[in-house]
Amino acid sequence: MLPGAAYFLLFHYGALAGNVIAFKEYVPFDGLWGSPWVGLGNFQRMFEDAAFWDSVLNTLWISVLQLVFYFPVPLGLALLLHTLTWSSVRRFVQSVAYLPHFISWVIVVALFQQVLGDTGLLNSGLSGAGLHTVDIIGNPDAFKPLVVAQVIWKDAGWGTIIFLAALAQVDEQQYEAAAIDGAGPWRRFWHVTLPAIRPVIVLLLIMRLGDILSVGFEQMLLQRDAVGPETAEVIDTFVYYQGIVGGDYGFAAAAGLFKGVVGALLVYAANKVAHRLGEQGVYK
Amino acid sequence: MSASARPGWMEKPRPLTQAAKALALAAVVLLVCVPFLVIVSTSLASTQEVVDNGGWVLWPSEPTLDAYRDIFDGGIVTHALGVSAGVTIVGTLLSLACTVTLAYALSRPGVFGGKPVLLLVLFTFLFPPGMIPSFLLVKELGLLDSYASLVLPVLVNVFNLVVLRGFFQSVPEELYEAARLDGAGDWRVLVSVVLPLSKAALAVVGLFYAVAYWNSWFYASLYLESDHWPLQQVLRTYVVAGAGLTDATTGEATVTAPQTVQMAVLVIATVPILLVYPFLQKYFTKGVLTGAIKS
Repeated sequence: MLPGAAYFLLFHYGALAGNVIAFKEYVPFDGLWGSPWVGLGNFQRMFEDAAFWDSVLNTLWISVLQLVFYFPVPLGLALLLHTLTWSSVRRFVQSVAYLPHFISWVIVVALFQQVLGDTGLLNSGLSGAGLHTVDIIGNPDAFKPLVVAQVIWKDAGWGTIIFLAALAQVDEQQYEAAAIDGAGPWRRFWHVTLPAIRPVIVLLLIMRLGDILSVGFEQMLLQRDAVGPETAEVIDTFVYYQGIVGGDYGFAAAAGLFKGVVGALLVYAANKVAHRLGEQGVYK
Repeated sequence: MSASARPGWMEKPRPLTQAAKALALAAVVLLVCVPFLVIVSTSLASTQEVVDNGGWVLWPSEPTLDAYRDIFDGGIVTHALGVSAGVTIVGTLLSLACTVTLAYALSRPGVFGGKPVLLLVLFTFLFPPGMIPSFLLVKELGLLDSYASLVLPVLVNVFNLVVLRGFFQSVPEELYEAARLDGAGDWRVLVSVVLPLSKAALAVVGLFYAVAYWNSWFYASLYLESDHWPLQQVLRTYVVAGAGLTDATTGEATVTAPQTVQMAVLVIATVPILLVYPFLQKYFTKGVLTGAIKS
């Protein structure tokens, strides 16, 4: 147990303690501990920084889009797969659908460039058919739908696993009883399937809420240059560019800490609400 | 399970429903497969054919391995491939060793300090330390520009830990007692009783670690000089960002690499995933679920 525990102490709690830098002005020569304190100065500067609020807004916007357009997809796909009685077809589709989850963001972004970029598959097809080409990759207006589409492509299949497991645990006899009582497919769905998977849906929604300020750091970083920071800056990339690129470590750490605290509070609050509604939530 | 088993009470779906379902499933399969096909085909086509086609090829008329030959002539991609393979293998083994021992200790009741350690570990899931402090820590530890910086900061993953712990807990208590009676110590129990029973979980967790190491590029971009980069970071620079690829013979950056070469690098970065995937796929659901239920 020692190596693993040591790892957590050093790299998580050691780094967590490093968050004191958010209250300091980092001077490389003096190191993390020797740098002078500035109190809440970094936070004050952050709250007055329009670029910071832009990144918060972009993050929230993308989160909401994901909630509306991404979240239902794995659920729908799981329900579809669950209705398949032909198990070999189901297993094949599942294997194919899980696959993109294991592909790195670098490759996913390269794939999207290849298919939707100016000289990509789509535009070659359009110009071949004598139509106008569309610039999807470099167009700031298309950026947010694009990143949501990428998330759907990459993770929707993988997201079905947990729903499928919940569906598999529904007692077959309940369906049978409902069918004998004259419930059609829709009524069975409404009264048997949905209640059975509700706890899982609530659980995933809570976890999503905790992550509302995190939207695919690698994904955004890879594509930020193509459309510019106005559209693609999220809190994580803001932290990266201010701190690691810009060297303003204390300021960037303050933004990161802000994100961590808000995320943890949101999970806590959402869990409380879930308990009130009689659901299990993430933890008791 | 038989190929087609519809319970007696379930009504036969209408043809329209069935057609809609088939269409949806075909769409899923095509959406995943077509991009890969385009990449592989383009990497196998001749540069001329790619230019004639305006950037991509769906099916090469005269497949050629030229692009792959260019890459394996030596130079940055070959080196990066070695780095990626090394980091993946060493990292996965180290991560597995640390995760297994910690998960085992946390799965046994009455281990000294078990409860607080578990809480500390789970708390990191709720509250990650953040990018800047982690970066400064790695810097202060003097790990900059060493391969250890790609492995040590991500050595144990909480989710994987919880999956393994759940598996270890599902080993029947009688087996532990029997092993103890035979005089086996903790190591002995772990190695000859628990691990053989947890092959599925080890396979899944090992795969997750391997995929994470293979796919990682961000830490490399932070901590390593460009001549030590792994494959994904090379891919990012030369394919996604479109920088010039270094010429293997002259050592000078040429103009942007031909599309065929870019796609070949992409294929090389994807192939290992495609190779291990089928073998481990059957364990996913089982492994992931134990973790999900326990956490």
